[in-house]
Amino acid sequence: MICNVCQNNEATVHLTQMLEGEIKKIDMCESCAQKQGVDEPGMPLIDLLVGLGPSSSETSEEDETTPSTKRLVCQVCGNSLADFKKTGRLGCSHCYEVFANQMDPMLRSMHKGIKHTGKAPKHFKDDRATRDQLEKLEKKLQKAITEERYEDAAVLRDSIKQLSEQATPADEPSAHP
Amino acid sequence: MNLHEFLTPIQDICRRPGPFDRIVLTSRVRLARNLKDTPFPGRATKQQRDEHLQIIKPVVESLTSMKKGFSQELNDLADLDRQLLVERHLISRELAKKKQGAAFVLSKDETCSIMINEEDHLRMQVILPGLQVKEAWKAVDKIDTQLENKLPIAFSGRYGFLTACPTNTGTGMRVSAMLHLPGLVIAEHMQQTITAVNKLGLAVRGLYGEGTEALGNVFQISNQMTLGETEFDIIERLNKVVVQIIENEENARAKLLESNPEMVFNNIGRAYGILTNAHVISSKEAKNLLSLLRLGLDLGYFPEMDPEVVDELFIVTEPAHIQHRECKKMSPEERDIMRATQLRERLEGMQRPSMQVIAAKNDDRPDTGESDSSEDTQSDAQDGSGQET
Ligand SMILES: [Zn+2]
Ligand SMILES: [Zn+2]
Repeated sequence: MICNVCQNNEATVHLTQMLEGEIKKIDMCESCAQKQGVDEPGMPLIDLLVGLGPSSSETSEEDETTPSTKRLVCQVCGNSLADFKKTGRLGCSHCYEVFANQMDPMLRSMHKGIKHTGKAPKHFKDDRATRDQLEKLEKKLQKAITEERYEDAAVLRDSIKQLSEQATPADEPSAHP
Repeated sequence: MNLHEFLTPIQDICRRPGPFDRIVLTSRVRLARNLKDTPFPGRATKQQRDEHLQIIKPVVESLTSMKKGFSQELNDLADLDRQLLVERHLISRELAKKKQGAAFVLSKDETCSIMINEEDHLRMQVILPGLQVKEAWKAVDKIDTQLENKLPIAFSGRYGFLTACPTNTGTGMRVSAMLHLPGLVIAEHMQQTITAVNKLGLAVRGLYGEGTEALGNVFQISNQMTLGETEFDIIERLNKVVVQIIENEENARAKLLESNPEMVFNNIGRAYGILTNAHVISSKEAKNLLSLLRLGLDLGYFPEMDPEVVDELFIVTEPAHIQHRECKKMSPEERDIMRATQLRERLEGMQRPSMQVIAAKNDDRPDTGESDSSEDTQSDAQDGSGQET
């Protein structure tokens, strides 16, 4: 069996991993495995598949035929779409917004879902609670107006104004289509 | 204080007990975090990496868990020391390759290690002995919460913690357990174990072996997915899988001893013979034989021996550890000689395995009967794989 990375040495390291719902195998020689650091926890197989064989040349052709996406560059770190496709790496937190169109399908192929459900920083949780509260008050306000309860509406308007002064704007990436 | 004055002797680290440590060597939880709106290390200039280091390092050093800890920049670290820290799992191979702006901070007991400017601005890990993934998570979660109050961390409500590699996005968490599974390997049940574990979204790494045979029969199980699930769910699932594998390993060992004790004794006896008498031995061979010695210890065949010695030898026979002990750079050939010398010295006076104890117990069983015929079939099965007329 020949090493998938250098296509030269005998492969002695064999990895299996679930990728896009399929079990994928990769075989490497010892020196390539060392170079790739495959014994580190969580070293993703996708890293090894990126830039291997025909897949990398396919993507570069694709880039040339679509000049509009080719010019996509992150203003914070200078990462271009071509860089992103080549390395499989984001250059900064802002890249997640710049490459929003590419992110969802990519993340969907790697993960259980594409919405974070785990831990959030405390300040963010507070903001989220405030925004939820604001949303509820807005609905009540609309209802009060349609039911012509103008005194209630005035009280609600005051609460909304107070709350929204505390809240910082939502920092969701503008990836919604 | 320099690094070597700081580091705890390996034998003391190996003496720390943990739940199920006969089979689970260590549990580790690692979190990836980044500063927001500034390039990740891979896209940052030298100057930016230095600026990030100046922001992050003092905050990390001031953590309560880092009291009396140790911190150093990679620029000031010798090549051999980098490798030594990798062999001790205190820094990653990726960090060991970095120079400008990269650093690490270790806690006093070395269970917590925080890397700065690795692939992400922050990589924090807690390693504990035995099966303690939940405890490791609690410890690293606490550190993370303290840091988030002091640093502008990149987080989005939609994608969670934002990381350089999209495979870490979300929780940024990698949980792993290192398992010693000689029973499953000898019984040839490892392939099916790996397939089953893969189907649950967990990765199994067995390295430098033919097929699924790992170096020293040590396998690492870790989560692959970090987005769309809570940390709790990921840890819970991995913990459950590890508990199941422990049971399978115990069963495999019991079955092997029942069906083919001579083969098990033979493996352990030969390992003992070679390790105590070799004059040249590669790292790979040493690991595989030490694994069998560890199995023999678990099975009670070396009653006189200090069980931590094997775990210690796993680490001190690694290349950088040998060279550090000898205080010089050595060629692979020189290391193979020194490794054998060290093994003979450390195992000197070790009593021969007393495996007949268990064999005698087997003979006491009422239904054992004459063993002639069964022995014949066993040895046939063992070395005549292609001889079925
Ligand atoms: Zn290769
Ligand atoms: Zn960017």
